[in-house]
Amino acid sequence: MARITAGIGTSHVPALGAAMDLGKTQEPYWEPAFAGYEWTRAWEREQKPDVVILVYNDHATAFDMKIIPTFAIGCGEQYAPADEGWGPRKVPLVQGHPDLAWHIAQSCILDEFDMTIINEMDVDHGLTVPLSLVFGQPEAWPARVIPLAVNVVTYPPPSGNRCWALGEAIARAVESFPEDLNVQIWGTGGMSHQLQGPRAGLINQEWDNRFLDRLEGDSQELRHIPHIEYLRETGSEGIEMVMWLIMRGALGRATRTLHRHYHIPASNTAVGHIVLEPLP
Amino acid sequence: MTGTRDIHAYLAEFDDIPGTRVFTAKRARQGYHLNQFAMSLMKPENRERWKADERAYLEEWPLSDEQKQAVLVRDYNRLLDLGGNIYFLAKVFSTDGQSFLQAVSTMSGMSLEDYSAMMIAGGRSPEGLRSIREKR
Repeated sequence: MARITAGIGTSHVPALGAAMDLGKTQEPYWEPAFAGYEWTRAWEREQKPDVVILVYNDHATAFDMKIIPTFAIGCGEQYAPADEGWGPRKVPLVQGHPDLAWHIAQSCILDEFDMTIINEMDVDHGLTVPLSLVFGQPEAWPARVIPLAVNVVTYPPPSGNRCWALGEAIARAVESFPEDLNVQIWGTGGMSHQLQGPRAGLINQEWDNRFLDRLEGDSQELRHIPHIEYLRETGSEGIEMVMWLIMRGALGRATRTLHRHYHIPASNTAVGHIVLEPLP
Repeated sequence: MTGTRDIHAYLAEFDDIPGTRVFTAKRARQGYHLNQFAMSLMKPENRERWKADERAYLEEWPLSDEQKQAVLVRDYNRLLDLGGNIYFLAKVFSTDGQSFLQAVSTMSGMSLEDYSAMMIAGGRSPEGLRSIREKR
């Protein structure tokens, strides 16, 4: 049977991808942001996940204002890195896992989560930067990827509670897939940042770290944080952290932290990263 | 449930955050063509036409005169007020060769140097910037 063996939370700051692509990771500005991913890269070489369910948001790339799905799951064979205005990132094609993706889509719909199904799309930095941070710069990505795109751009995004519950439904779906697969789920985006208006540049180290604290153990507090608290405390783009709750929900009753990293800044953003394993 | 079921109360709170425009349905409707114009710059051939004659390119889109003017002078705070969304407007400043750090600093009213220094020093504190009404 397929099983979810671990969860990862990470920021997906586009400048981190650019720094890797341009060979700047050893520069003094960038070095401390990347140092916190070295543990994870070594750990992943041992874990060898077959599939990563990668929760992210599209940044006006595959979806424009014409269609705004709240939860969309990629069921395609592969996804190309998108041209976001300065040419596509030179990173490997992302190979999907259509069998498991369709299984999750069908199971979630029967479980009363009305998923949008995507068969073709390009993927932007929200998806490719986490792959680069966690897997480095290989010739081909070492795992297949199921993109799960969440609307956190046009209000209202889904509630934290809904995200957590979707994670629980995804876990049930994975557990009922007959093939023996090692599956990880990653929640990406955040942490505190605001990319707009006179309040731009807002960072809330204390709040971010309390969020990381509460991903561990059996606390359910995070699922009840209202949108307005993310907006006030972590900046307008801090709302992306609801996507981490899909990951946390999928890990079940309780978790243990294997690794944790926090650094300010990468461009406009506080970088947060955590590796969790589910506890029975 | 995480919060309110009252959509009016939910939306009203967003106006209480200092220096922030939350991208609500109202703004999404007002900025629909502005954001779709920006989206069109994802294509290299459109970027070339845009760079060759910005005014002529804008005339192809049903934008208000205010929106067109704000695009031409790259007034991003004004564009947010007129329904622009930062991830769509990013197509405009990316075409200009600007990074998020550069473009975002223009909205903060700070120079790029001062803004970058603030970020390296830990970013802008939320203290006093959480709520207009409650002054916290």
